[in-house]
Amino acid sequence: MAEMIALKTLTKRFGPLVAVDGISLTVATGEVLGFLGPNGAGKSTTMRMVTGFIEPSSGTAEVAGLDVTQHPVEVKRRIGYLPEGAPTYGDMTPGSYLGFIAEIRGFDGAEKRRRIDAVVEKVELADVIRQPIETLSKGFKRRVGLAQAMLHDPDVLIMDEPTDGLDPNQKQQVRSLIREMSEQKAIVISTHILEEVEAVCTRAIIIAHGRLLADGKPDELVARAPNHNAVIMTVDAPKAGAVIRELEKLDTIAGVEMAAEADGLARLRVLPKNKLSIAADIGQLIRAKSFPVSEMFVEKGFLDDMFRDITTGGGKASSGGKEGGDA
Amino acid sequence: MRNIRIIAKREIMSYFATPLAFIFIVIFLALTGALAFYVGGFFTREQADLRPFFIYHPWIYLMLIPAIAMRLWAEERKTGTIEVLMTLPISVTEAVLGKYLAAWAFSGIALALTFPIWITVNVLGDPDNGVVMASYVGSLFMAGAFLAIGSCISAMTKNQVIAFIAAATVCFLFTMSGLELVLNFFRTWAPELLVRTVASMSFLTHFGAVMKGVIELRDIVFFTSLIVFWLFANIVIIDIRKAA
Repeated sequence: MAEMIALKTLTKRFGPLVAVDGISLTVATGEVLGFLGPNGAGKSTTMRMVTGFIEPSSGTAEVAGLDVTQHPVEVKRRIGYLPEGAPTYGDMTPGSYLGFIAEIRGFDGAEKRRRIDAVVEKVELADVIRQPIETLSKGFKRRVGLAQAMLHDPDVLIMDEPTDGLDPNQKQQVRSLIREMSEQKAIVISTHILEEVEAVCTRAIIIAHGRLLADGKPDELVARAPNHNAVIMTVDAPKAGAVIRELEKLDTIAGVEMAAEADGLARLRVLPKNKLSIAADIGQLIRAKSFPVSEMFVEKGFLDDMFRDITTGGGKASSGGKEGGDA
Repeated sequence: MRNIRIIAKREIMSYFATPLAFIFIVIFLALTGALAFYVGGFFTREQADLRPFFIYHPWIYLMLIPAIAMRLWAEERKTGTIEVLMTLPISVTEAVLGKYLAAWAFSGIALALTFPIWITVNVLGDPDNGVVMASYVGSLFMAGAFLAIGSCISAMTKNQVIAFIAAATVCFLFTMSGLELVLNFFRTWAPELLVRTVASMSFLTHFGAVMKGVIELRDIVFFTSLIVFWLFANIVIIDIRKAA
């Protein structure tokens, strides 16, 4: 596994604002790294420094062993980059736009055709190849951006929110595309969506206020969510009291909350002790007591919850950095 | 060179992908024609030359060139495509030159399409075609200088309206600096050297000299060095402030 991206205490200041604060990490070929964090966390700024769009204030970013600030053109040759919002020249057609990208990437004649055809097939753009990009739907625009990033089959692929604004089917397509490519490439994607990280990433990092707060496999991170492994169950409202009393007798359960109540149904959230799995215990209880449960599922927790927990939970943050001071 | 050519080609293609190119060319031809015939008195002067045609070029460029130049970089910033462009394996210099040369070539196309008036004057009389040729070259260089100013100013903002107004103002100052009106203002307090420096910056003075039919080295050097200076500033601006 070759290390394709290496960041060393990478920092970016905009005046008094520290957008990225000493981030160090490496990404190897075969890895799909998910960049998680709220808006303004420094995800895009970090990506822009790795791709050579902006220069770091201090620290270094290396791609394939080359420093980005010293060998910008060499580095850009090896990277495929989808900027946030997938900007493209709206007055061009996907065909002419990809032709331009192919030529700038050094492909001519038959090779250019072959590359464009291959990438158009991959992202399914053939139907709209002659329509001006500005007339296309958001999903197609995003795919044009993806095609631009993938055209030269780069070793390093960096994508800023590749599935943002796509409908569920399109999201699925993009994710399977990323999975397909992941073996031969080092891929970095940023996202807000936890399920996306679970679906495609082999590793995830969380950043906020420009600092690296957590780094690990997606399931490890998900396990940190406060509601991880909580069980949601819906029962008839009049029976809720009895159900809660019985549930609280189980010793693997930390507590029961009333999540919502409507139309004669009560939705309960059963919190486990130590975030361990409690579905089996509850299932047993339901069968033993014949409770009329109309719905039951296990909560995995969401990025937002996990994120709030990690950033406000103090000691849990792996870097132990304190918040604030960089407004 | 290859990258400059590819960028220029894309840029030119995008002029003609929208009505912009046609509107610009039509207005340019209409204005140059109308001013030459109605204001310049092309026929009534009864002289076989194109002076009434060329003499209005600085004023037409003043309005139309900033309109071409304003989108060069401001639009890239606005739509975010600058992030794609500047993360492609090209240098900032190549990007600036490619875009600039495309815009210059485009204004050259518009200028070349005024050829019927050259034919007309040859049919009607016996003009000094050397002077006409020199005037065309001078006009092209003047357009190039206006464009370099406009391109640099466009790189400073993502608002095309600001880019247009600022570029038009700077171009206006360069055009006007040779007029007595401006020079008298400086004469009252500035040393003679400064007055002459200001006067020597005038597009009107230099273009006027070229229109007489003598392409003097110093006029070409003037326009060329102005283009180089503004494009260099353009490169520096893009280099230090790509984002935002």
